[in-house]
Amino acid sequence: MTAELSAEAPYRPEPLAPLLELRGVNKSFGVVHVLHDVDFAVYPGQVTALVGDNGAGKSTLVKVIAGIYGRDSGDYLFEGAPVHVNGPRDVAGLGVEVVYQDLALCDNLDIVQNMFLGRELRKGIVLDDMTMEDRARETLASLSVRTVKSVRQSVASLSGGQRQTVAIAKAVLWNSRIVLLDEPTAALGVAQTRQVLDLVRRLADRGLGVVLITHNMNDVLEVADRVTALYLGRVAADVPTENVNHKQIVELITAGRSGDLGIRDDAAATI
Amino acid sequence: MSIQTPAPTPTDTAKVADSDFTGDNRSSATIGDAARDYLNRLRGGDMGSLPALLGLVVLFAVFGLSHDKFLTTYNLTNLVIQAASICVLAMGLVFVLLIGEIDLSAGVAGGASATITALVMIDHGWSWWAAVLAALAIGAVIGLAIGSLVSLLGIPSFVVTLAFFLALQAVPLKLIGSGGSLRFNDEVLRGLSIKNVPVTAGWIAAVLLVVGFAGLTLWQHRSRVAKGLVHKPIALVALQLTVFAGIVLGLTALLSQNRAVNPNVFNISGIPWVAPVVIVLLLLWTFVLTRTRFGRHLYAVGGNAEAARRAGINVTRMKITAFVICTSMAAISGILAASYTGKVSPGSGGGNVLLYAVGAAVIGGTSLFGGRGRAIDAVVGGLVIATIPNGLGLLDQASYINYIVTGGVLLLAASVDAISRRRRSAAGV
Ligand SMILES: Nc1ncnc2c1ncn2[C@@H]1O[C@H](COP(=O)(O)OP(=O)(O)OP(=O)(O)O)[C@@H](O)[C@H]1O
Ligand SMILES: [Mg+2]
Repeated sequence: MTAELSAEAPYRPEPLAPLLELRGVNKSFGVVHVLHDVDFAVYPGQVTALVGDNGAGKSTLVKVIAGIYGRDSGDYLFEGAPVHVNGPRDVAGLGVEVVYQDLALCDNLDIVQNMFLGRELRKGIVLDDMTMEDRARETLASLSVRTVKSVRQSVASLSGGQRQTVAIAKAVLWNSRIVLLDEPTAALGVAQTRQVLDLVRRLADRGLGVVLITHNMNDVLEVADRVTALYLGRVAADVPTENVNHKQIVELITAGRSGDLGIRDDAAATI
Repeated sequence: MSIQTPAPTPTDTAKVADSDFTGDNRSSATIGDAARDYLNRLRGGDMGSLPALLGLVVLFAVFGLSHDKFLTTYNLTNLVIQAASICVLAMGLVFVLLIGEIDLSAGVAGGASATITALVMIDHGWSWWAAVLAALAIGAVIGLAIGSLVSLLGIPSFVVTLAFFLALQAVPLKLIGSGGSLRFNDEVLRGLSIKNVPVTAGWIAAVLLVVGFAGLTLWQHRSRVAKGLVHKPIALVALQLTVFAGIVLGLTALLSQNRAVNPNVFNISGIPWVAPVVIVLLLLWTFVLTRTRFGRHLYAVGGNAEAARRAGINVTRMKITAFVICTSMAAISGILAASYTGKVSPGSGGGNVLLYAVGAAVIGGTSLFGGRGRAIDAVVGGLVIATIPNGLGLLDQASYINYIVTGGVLLLAASVDAISRRRRSAAGV
């Protein structure tokens, strides 16, 4: 299915090494133990789907990767080497961009201002608005974003899909190596979902590592190369998409196991 | 599915996208389009200072028609001097309002700072600039304390600054004593209100301001056109420059006339010194808010603090800085107020000073909900607020009328703010 899309960058079924890796990560909020010994890997040029039921810990895992939450234990590796991550800036410095479930754009700022937020270009101490506008336009154009009328539009005036696109374009703008998308299609209609999925695939074909969180199995089967299923904060399975079918993924999500895949003993039940 | 939408080749992509951005260039082709855009923005609730300007026109018409002294240059100069301290306080409040907070203590912080200024000059013989620096430092420390309590401890700014509002009133009361007052007659500081810029110097400054503004605007416009970026039609730019030049030069001409009651005996002419003070502060803060990273981050914190935090912005530090700027500006405002009255008393900065300033900022177009506001809002709004007591004073109205009218105007401004916010979220502008 991805055959002709990956014509520009060949599809690699066996990636060399993970770009980013978490090993044995635990995370609690007070007494609530949300992530249990989670191992998670992101490969270059691949879309990894992160699936799991509501409250399974997907968003929490993303925020741990993003540096918004610290880890209670476990290792954070980038290109095979352990790294110290202390806040969102460090993670952005590694080239990891996150498109959050709630998007987190500033409605009172325009598209350009949002795309450069926190990393504004300057000449001396003065903002270099013209270069920023130029680069924002270039980036949106390279993603063939069709629907945005003006890059000087405030993001409050954008539709859900357009906001999503702006958030993703932000990732591309910074030549990110990894993009994490938390339910990017949850609130979108058919056509806009289509656009975002195309965009996701295009990012991976450029060689980026993409993590896609979604509740939609069709999205997973269509664009993902790997599936990581979380069940009550534990990794139930981490498999290539071609080795699983719709039914198996659903079972992994809802029961934590499917056939010989999944969590063996029912340890997960004891949170 | 992907078969129906094959990935476009890079050249296709660029072409399609380029044509999609024609909106940027098309929308700014003619004055007519620009006017239509502007109307759409108004309808969408993005009104800026328009309500304040309309209010100013109405007030001037009403007062001008009902009292022949209102539109004299003598009274208009008075109005400028009266407005100055409100404008400066409101400018400080814009920073706090921008991040969605409030500072109820800014007025009395200004009063306390002015008290210290007067004391160190009278009792310790400090020169005016040292005294002003002391006032600024005190303002900054108060702002630091408020900002830290609000952003580190998470106490609502309403509560923290209400506490400071009460506590800070003790400073002048203790230092001056109930019923007393300190004279404020330093040559320079008192001179801000009672002395004028020499007429020639005033003209030179006004012309420089116009030329500088025009040069900067045209240069920016040219570069935007050259780079194919979003830009206004040149006709609109020319119109804006003409209006700007008209206002600046017109006011200068007005203030350069001899406005003495007995013009044959005395010559009182020139721009009062407070005006350049306000203008310099206006230029400074406009630059900071629109052209620096700090300003951009301030808007971001006001628009969506969580998004700002995720973008790596230190929200805590931004909030503290906003309060520090606000109370430092309050200190300057307190000095200007003392300069106008020639004294500092225990009540300085109390009463409805703060509400006037908040009203000024909001009438000017700064939102009480955060994320929206400009330094110029404070100046336009400050003029509106100052016009009311000035005009009513001429009409010999009982002072209770003044309270009612000002309260009404504040309520009106807050309603405009709330309604336009609703329209904005509905229209998505
Ligand atoms: N800041 C927090 N404090 C306390 N508990 C939290 C916090 N954030 C998340 N949790 C808890 O962690 C668990 C996992 O939440 P998370 O948001 O990661 O789920 P999710 O997999 O993203 O779910 P969804 O599909 O609904 O988005 C939930 O039980 C939630 O209540
Ligand atoms: Mg989630």
